[in-house]
Amino acid sequence: MIGRIALQLTVLLLFAPLPLGVINKTKALFAGRIGPPLLQPYYDLARLWRKGFVFSRTTTWVFLTGPVVGLVVPLLAVQLLPFGGLQAPISFTGDLILFVYLFGLSRFFTAIAALDTGSSFEGMGAAREVTFSCLAEPTLLFSLLVLARSADSLSLGALLGPQLANQWLTEIGASLGLIVVCLFVVLLVENSRIPFDDPNTHLELTMIHEVMVLDHSGPALGMILYGAALKLMVMSALLVRIVLPLQTGSLFLDLLVFLLGLMGLAVLIGMVESTMARLSLPRVPQVLVGTMLLSVFALVLVLR
Amino acid sequence: MTASQLVRSRNGGVVSLDKLPQLDYTQFSESLLAEVATDARVASYFGRPVENGLEIYAILVRDWEGEVELLRTCVNGSFPSLTPQCPQLHLFERELAEQYGVRPEDHPWLKPVRFHAPWIDATDIWGRPKGVHPVPGDMEFYRVEGEEVHEVAVGPVHAGVIEPGHFRFQCHGEEVMHLEISLGYQHRNIEQMLIGGPHPTSIYQLETVAGDTTIGHVTAYCQLIESLAGTVAPLRAQAIRAIALELERLANHVGDIGALAGDVGFLPTASFCGRLRGDYLNLMAELCGSRFGRGLVRPGNVQFDLDASLVEALIKRLAILETETRGAIELCFDSPSVLARFEGTGTIATDDAEALGLVGVAARACGLVRDARLHHAFGSCGNNIDTPIIEIDGDVFARGNIRRREIYASHKLIHRSLKRLAAGEIDSPLGALAPDSLVVSLCEGWRGEVVHAAITNATGQIDRYKIVDPSFHNWSGLALSLRGQQISDFPLCNKSFNLSYCGFDL
Repeated sequence: MIGRIALQLTVLLLFAPLPLGVINKTKALFAGRIGPPLLQPYYDLARLWRKGFVFSRTTTWVFLTGPVVGLVVPLLAVQLLPFGGLQAPISFTGDLILFVYLFGLSRFFTAIAALDTGSSFEGMGAAREVTFSCLAEPTLLFSLLVLARSADSLSLGALLGPQLANQWLTEIGASLGLIVVCLFVVLLVENSRIPFDDPNTHLELTMIHEVMVLDHSGPALGMILYGAALKLMVMSALLVRIVLPLQTGSLFLDLLVFLLGLMGLAVLIGMVESTMARLSLPRVPQVLVGTMLLSVFALVLVLR
Repeated sequence: MTASQLVRSRNGGVVSLDKLPQLDYTQFSESLLAEVATDARVASYFGRPVENGLEIYAILVRDWEGEVELLRTCVNGSFPSLTPQCPQLHLFERELAEQYGVRPEDHPWLKPVRFHAPWIDATDIWGRPKGVHPVPGDMEFYRVEGEEVHEVAVGPVHAGVIEPGHFRFQCHGEEVMHLEISLGYQHRNIEQMLIGGPHPTSIYQLETVAGDTTIGHVTAYCQLIESLAGTVAPLRAQAIRAIALELERLANHVGDIGALAGDVGFLPTASFCGRLRGDYLNLMAELCGSRFGRGLVRPGNVQFDLDASLVEALIKRLAILETETRGAIELCFDSPSVLARFEGTGTIATDDAEALGLVGVAARACGLVRDARLHHAFGSCGNNIDTPIIEIDGDVFARGNIRRREIYASHKLIHRSLKRLAAGEIDSPLGALAPDSLVVSLCEGWRGEVVHAAITNATGQIDRYKIVDPSFHNWSGLALSLRGQQISDFPLCNKSFNLSYCGFDL
């Protein structure tokens, strides 16, 4: 078990910034640019880690809880999740609820750290982030319920088990197709990607996630960026597992399939970001309600 | 009754001051309001201190007649404000109050404009201490009180590398109820530095009134000096100026469309247009060695001639650039997700645009036909344009689409000008400047009409020089367009106007 936890953590910590590099490279290709090196996210983290902290005088210890919790939560959440063919190190009945609300916990601390600065921008960003996340939450839960129903289990390890490959071929496949779409939208919302948020914008009035972390600097900002990369990888892992439920039995091959799936997903995100403009903010809740309805529909299909 | 009291002139017309009657203020205001009521608009409005008070000059334009109308009056201490009846005067009157310590009585929004001490020995009407430079942005901002109303202050230091300006939003949740803009951080006192000139430094100061409108401002200045000196620049020089003016328009419009795309997160067009803007700037550098056209236009001439091989090269490169620009722009204007963001955002009604006296791209996007190239042609600059480009919706899309269509029109214009470049000299000698005269010069810069006016003294030196950048009129338009909008759409609206901070601050 310790070995599995260690393996899971190593893979996560090692590969998490890579999809960001792939996304940026894809976007650069679409825009006719060369773009930053593939490993730029790693360089950025190393650079931020070497810098010093700058704290605003109005902040308290709460300000630092945001980055810390943001970094720890994905490390905990990943223990509940199978990485491709690798089994989940920790698994118990109902762990999918823990999985969903671990991210809720990290959001709470990010928002409260933003409010701690007393800046009107950060308050605005926190309000937006919390609104959109609470609209994305039902979609995520309903999608997991679809999986739980079809696997007859309430633990992530089991409902993402090898039976998925066969389920795609049965009538459950239709539901799986729907929740893949829903989970992809949730992935984009939760990781502040276009069309819901723009990770590259410098315009404080339009930002959602970025504006909440404006005051963080140096290693704290590094922790936030690393935490965001981990979160992206953990949530992608869920999606990749549903789409590519291959299991060869060989640890190495399973890992390879998983990582390839991860990079493929990153390319897809890059393509979406290159071909779509951002939605205006009032449209975002409408889209999220739409995906929620889709996931409810998927659930109805498997309950029938 | 009013017709006899104003003096009609044209773009570049020199009017001797003794031909311009000094009306009493009642006559002056009646004439002005009557003219504005019959479709004239205020292009410039400024004061000149004289022995017995402060002279006020109003410069009105009648676009379709191509006329410039001049009015003059003299006030002392205070005068009844005309802003309640004629809102387009609101900033001009505030400006007078700040510069000369006079009080426009019953002005509904009497606040400092650029935060500087009075130019003459007068008491500051806001009671700011003498001898200390006032702090920009130090004023009473309009506040909305109430449950769930919050205030968001942005700037003067922004997250991007842009000019400084302070924006104060009164918001109800995400909705903006009111935006107040406070500028003046870049006030350099250019108008005062020009007094007693033209100095050897004047031309360099004018090139930097608004760095991105170098050609626009310098052309207006040179037309003005040439008119005062009784000269006309040779046709070839005028044609080269017109080419440079269109190149400036192309570079800025292309950059703006890229920035609009960037603001809605549409990356391909943002990247392509950023590169293309650089290419247009490089063409300008090919022409005169400076990417922003510095050092090209001078009174009486242009400093760089075009030889046949350069003309050929320019035509070739423009043809390539046109295809690439069209590709990049159409990509953006064909994307439903982009159009969904542009359409219906930051709308200004035509009536409001007219009341505020908007000019240039922002005015044409509201259906107002205002283009100095068409109406107030100076020399051969205007010979090429016969169809102004207008849109009627007044939203971000309209302002973007004006730019898109003007880019295509500018390509045609430049192509034609290069093909038909007049032969001959590019330099004509300047005489002495006419003494005791008023002259007005208009030039359609890429943002809108640039209005320069000058009054000379008895020895032919500049006694008062007034610059009106299109941004001066249009900042109010931006504030208005935000009413009832999402605060997250502010950067998009702002970019669709893309106004100059230093052109306003002078």
